[in-house]
Amino acid sequence: MTYSQIAVVVLVAVLVVDLAVLRTRMVTRPVFWVAYAIVIVFQLLMNGVLTGLDVVTYDPDAIWGPRIAYAPVEDLLFGFALVVLTLASWAAVNRRANTARRRGLDTRTRRSSTR
Amino acid sequence: MGHLTYLSLLVGCLVVTAPLELLLGVRVYARWRRLLLAVVPEFVVFVAWVLYAIAAGHWDYSATRTLGVRLPGGIPVEEVLFFLVVPVCAVLALEAVRKVTGWDAGYPAAPDDSGGSIAARDERGADRRAESGQ
Repeated sequence: MTYSQIAVVVLVAVLVVDLAVLRTRMVTRPVFWVAYAIVIVFQLLMNGVLTGLDVVTYDPDAIWGPRIAYAPVEDLLFGFALVVLTLASWAAVNRRANTARRRGLDTRTRRSSTR
Repeated sequence: MGHLTYLSLLVGCLVVTAPLELLLGVRVYARWRRLLLAVVPEFVVFVAWVLYAIAAGHWDYSATRTLGVRLPGGIPVEEVLFFLVVPVCAVLALEAVRKVTGWDAGYPAAPDDSGGSIAARDERGADRRAESGQ
């Protein structure tokens, strides 16, 4: 598999985890997209330095070809998948911990807002 | 910067995001156990991806702009740190946006959930008793 193919497969898998497995639905939330907008600015900066200075080099046969700020476009899929997986997992861990705490301590039970 | 190029970028990420914890008070590092747990899936998936990509020759790393320390599988130590530093920064960004906007991120807000000091724990305990009417 090429870098491009893996990037697409991992992206789809991560979306399935977010929407269907953990049901954290990160990609449906404004809070996620604003955070991602901030992250992508820094990603382009850091990726630009890493690839512009040839800290990381790519096999031309493993990528589609187009580049943004020196980096192959696949890096955007890579970064997006990384952020979605991390934040979905963070939300799931917190949801579980906070809900358990609430259940154990509160008499006024309130449904956790998972949407 | 030579051998420190990659490492400096990672340190830069931590320095730039530090005020979110220290000044804005997003309590991400304060919830370090949850943070570690949340990073595990990302770390496993992406390190596996990189190991495959290195083995398949999809990408390579500069010998002069990294420390030159390669871990098993040929992965530079900076690349391993990348998959710890970057997700932490992403979580800091999310919590910062959530804190500023008050928008829902899919889980209830927990005002204080660290182990914390004994005094802080006692204080929280008192709060809980008051809340639950004991």
